Amino acid sequence: MKLEKRFTSVHQSLTFSRRMMLLRGAQLGIGGLLLGRLGWLSVAENEKYTLESESNRVQLIIVPPRRGWIVDRNNKPVAINRSDFRVDIIPEQFENPGETLRLLARLLDLTVDDVDRIIKELKAARGYRPVQVAENVPYENYAAVTVRLPDMSGVQPMRGFSRFYPAGAAVGHLIGYVGAASAKEYEADKNPLLITPGFKIGKEGLEKTLEQQLRGIPGGQRVELTARGKLVRELEPKPDRSGGTVQLSINADLQEYAARRLGEESGSCVLLDCMTGDVLCMASMPAYDPNSFSDGIGRTEWAMLSEDQRRPLLNKALNALYPPGSTIKPMNSLALQLAGVDPDETVHCPGGYRLGNRFFRCLGRHGTVNMRRAIAKSCNTYFYSMGNRIGYDRIAPMAKMLGLGQKFDLPVVSQSYGTVPDSAWKLRRYNENKRLIERPDWTASDTLNASIGQGFLILNPLQLAVMAARIASGRDVQPSLIGVHKEPAPLLSLDPKHLDVTRGGMWEVVNGDGTAGASRLLLPGVEMCGKTGTAQVRKIAGSQRGQSGDWKYRDHGLFVFFAPYVNPRYAGAVVIEHGLGGARAAAPVAKDVLTFLYDRPQAIKRLGELETQWGGTLAERTARRQALVDAAAAAKTGIVA
Amino acid sequence: MISSAIIPQPLARLPWKLIFLVMGIAFIGLMTLYSAAGGSIRPWALKQGITLLFFLGVAVCMSWVKESLIKQIVFPFYAVVLIMLVAVEALGFIGKGAQRWLDLGFIRLQPSEFMKLAVVLVLARFYELLPAGDIRKWRAIWPAALLIGGPAALVILQPDLGTALMITFIGTAVMFVAGVPLRVFLIPAGAVAVAIPIAYQLLHGYQRRRIDTFLDPESDPLGAGYHISQSKIAIGSGGIFGKGYLNGSQSHLDYLPEGHTDFVFAAMVEEWGLVGGAILILAFGMVIRWGMTVSINAKSRFAQLTAAGLSATIFFYVGINLMMVMGLAPVVGVPLPMVSFGGSAVMTVMLCLGILMSLERQQRTTTRLA
Repeated sequence: MKLEKRFTSVHQSLTFSRRMMLLRGAQLGIGGLLLGRLGWLSVAENEKYTLESESNRVQLIIVPPRRGWIVDRNNKPVAINRSDFRVDIIPEQFENPGETLRLLARLLDLTVDDVDRIIKELKAARGYRPVQVAENVPYENYAAVTVRLPDMSGVQPMRGFSRFYPAGAAVGHLIGYVGAASAKEYEADKNPLLITPGFKIGKEGLEKTLEQQLRGIPGGQRVELTARGKLVRELEPKPDRSGGTVQLSINADLQEYAARRLGEESGSCVLLDCMTGDVLCMASMPAYDPNSFSDGIGRTEWAMLSEDQRRPLLNKALNALYPPGSTIKPMNSLALQLAGVDPDETVHCPGGYRLGNRFFRCLGRHGTVNMRRAIAKSCNTYFYSMGNRIGYDRIAPMAKMLGLGQKFDLPVVSQSYGTVPDSAWKLRRYNENKRLIERPDWTASDTLNASIGQGFLILNPLQLAVMAARIASGRDVQPSLIGVHKEPAPLLSLDPKHLDVTRGGMWEVVNGDGTAGASRLLLPGVEMCGKTGTAQVRKIAGSQRGQSGDWKYRDHGLFVFFAPYVNPRYAGAVVIEHGLGGARAAAPVAKDVLTFLYDRPQAIKRLGELETQWGGTLAERTARRQALVDAAAAAKTGIVA
Repeated sequence: MISSAIIPQPLARLPWKLIFLVMGIAFIGLMTLYSAAGGSIRPWALKQGITLLFFLGVAVCMSWVKESLIKQIVFPFYAVVLIMLVAVEALGFIGKGAQRWLDLGFIRLQPSEFMKLAVVLVLARFYELLPAGDIRKWRAIWPAALLIGGPAALVILQPDLGTALMITFIGTAVMFVAGVPLRVFLIPAGAVAVAIPIAYQLLHGYQRRRIDTFLDPESDPLGAGYHISQSKIAIGSGGIFGKGYLNGSQSHLDYLPEGHTDFVFAAMVEEWGLVGGAILILAFGMVIRWGMTVSINAKSRFAQLTAAGLSATIFFYVGINLMMVMGLAPVVGVPLPMVSFGGSAVMTVMLCLGILMSLERQQRTTTRLA
């Protein structure tokens, strides 16, 4: 049974009052919520929103900062800024696009591609961020645009800056080059400076690694803009700050001389101050001209550079690895002495060394040789037999102590550091890849090969230069590219007597009846010491000895050196790819580069003679090559058009 | 009501407290529109001032209309507005585009605005006619649901989510105070909670985006979330006392979109700060409280329900707009009445106030007679 309750008008009136109370309560609640929210936004979050409102209101029209200079150890400029002329368009003020662009194309000799790019960028652009029309505009064209300015609203001719490298290709690999930031670089950083027309960032070499020091802080005109980008008023401008100057340890004159002296060869020359480790020159040739990169490089030029078998895009002082050949014999001699081998002990060289049923050849029949003679004559037999006696695991630590196989703390984009092998290394490599390494255990023939700088041993030229420097000074020198150092490096724990024997051998190489006698310095009181090396590019097959035939199969020529013999100051390494032999190709370069440090006129006279043979100075030859490239590029576009 | 020997009786009998409040709110609105135009009475402040004065006059005139007359025209009024809504829909269908207006040649009518009023009146009349004992029965619910749902559906098709929601809220408020059992509200509320994900799928792209960006405005600060972000920046950067009159950078530099219509509150608070915003909210609160008092003091059930419904209408306008502007609700396009530029909302709210004043005048007369 259900009790039916009658709902009367009295009930109705009660319900109404109750419901009205609820409704008013809800309204009060919402009102309180609104007031609370208003208070929260305008008091608690006031600071945050004031900031956001300011960043809405005020915008910066960026003026790129001037990039810092790079100077050498004597403050001679290596990379500077040259003032140039540029033309931009301010999209907000740009009127009559079609007509104005046609006029600009005529005045500035723009290509169809340029005009297409400008149209595309204008479509994406908004407000006051300028769109680049052309940079590096010749003065006549710039003047022509300036005169017509009243007819072209929104076009902005400006003075800008472009990077200039006085030494051109000579510093290409060392300094690198600059260029406009790529879309990827902008994505990573989101810095509006990166997409400002005319702004360049370091793309390679020191320009890239020193970017933060060189960049500077942008300034610009602070303006109040509406949401649609309309200018309301100009506020106080913000001054820009140029990037800092960076001083290198490099001697710019020496760097340029070394690069020119390498001539038409493919190779590198590294020279260090053997007391402090300052890198005085690090030349790698052939090289690209960073000046032609800094205003963008054509596709044809890029293709020609990357297809060249002399690899002009590769820094051969750091990123090329070579078997060092006989250049590591001085290092071996130190290891042998440390292992207790008496330097006066002699070995008979009958033209080779027999190990089991294999005969390891020497370059000649040297008869009875002691350690000094073995270095001077580059006798393989001596180092075969002595190396075999102590084992390579006692040579490898010395190699590492002298910097071989080491990655140095340098501001470079990359360095290949190669291999100093030993038994542990071989076992590890065997476990990693059984196809490359035939057996896990270190064999006597591995020792023999490594003892004459072949086999698994593979190094870069900078490491060879550091090795020479450490032998020359007996100090733990670390190569450095930045700044000028005065303090000599700490001494290595090497016996001075051992070092004397090794240095004596290296003296004989040049100044005795050694392998590099032809490269004796023609300077009074300064003697160069060194060691030649000839490294095979491929296995000796029959009569093919790498001394003839195809350029790319010829032997590399290497030379490590220091000077003077008494109180050495400089040390270095020269590697000439496929130069046939160290004495023939590399040692003469070392001789001239050292001569430059002591007697410039003599060195320059010598270079002049050589350059006449090669057909002009480096600048002339670069210009000629550039003309060829331009002609090829023009031919290509001709076909396309 | 002012008692004075000098002021003539009909004038003195006007509810001056309400009129001053409304004029105060309107004045704040006109000041903000003057500032939003960059310190100019054109294009907004002057036009809005004329509209406000005209409809205030209409409202005052309406205060002399008798309750009995209103009751008589309720059903025809509702029917006419409904027909106009259908007509708008049909024209939109023919014209292949969204249509909210009915162009009568000399005036552009937006029938959905009238519908807010019509729903209140027709429901009040319906529940007055319904015998008291039937309020808990099915027959108290379905006709009301139909009277609300029909026009709401038509409006949502326009598509105008904001107005459709307003109509539904207003109608529901009237049903609530009429005493319809609570479960009638709670069960659909639960159902809506379930249906939201489904309805979300059916919404128009722009409506869906508005909800998305309400839930996470920072997800798209330059796209659809732009309105809410910029509005919060304007309000938050105003601080306690504001940036000063005519100094609001957000509204003057056009970072605040719709700074003269839906987001006028943000433009006002940017210049007047927390203080200005709070004064405006309190003024609206007093107007609504005045309307609710009319409802409580009403003698007839029709007057009770109408007054409550009309007060709720003003409340929903203000509440939804402010929640939207301060990032508490999605952007649904509800203006702030009497402050935002635009005639429709002014007209609706003034008509509400006109009817409220008429009901209030009759309370006083009947009291005096009794």
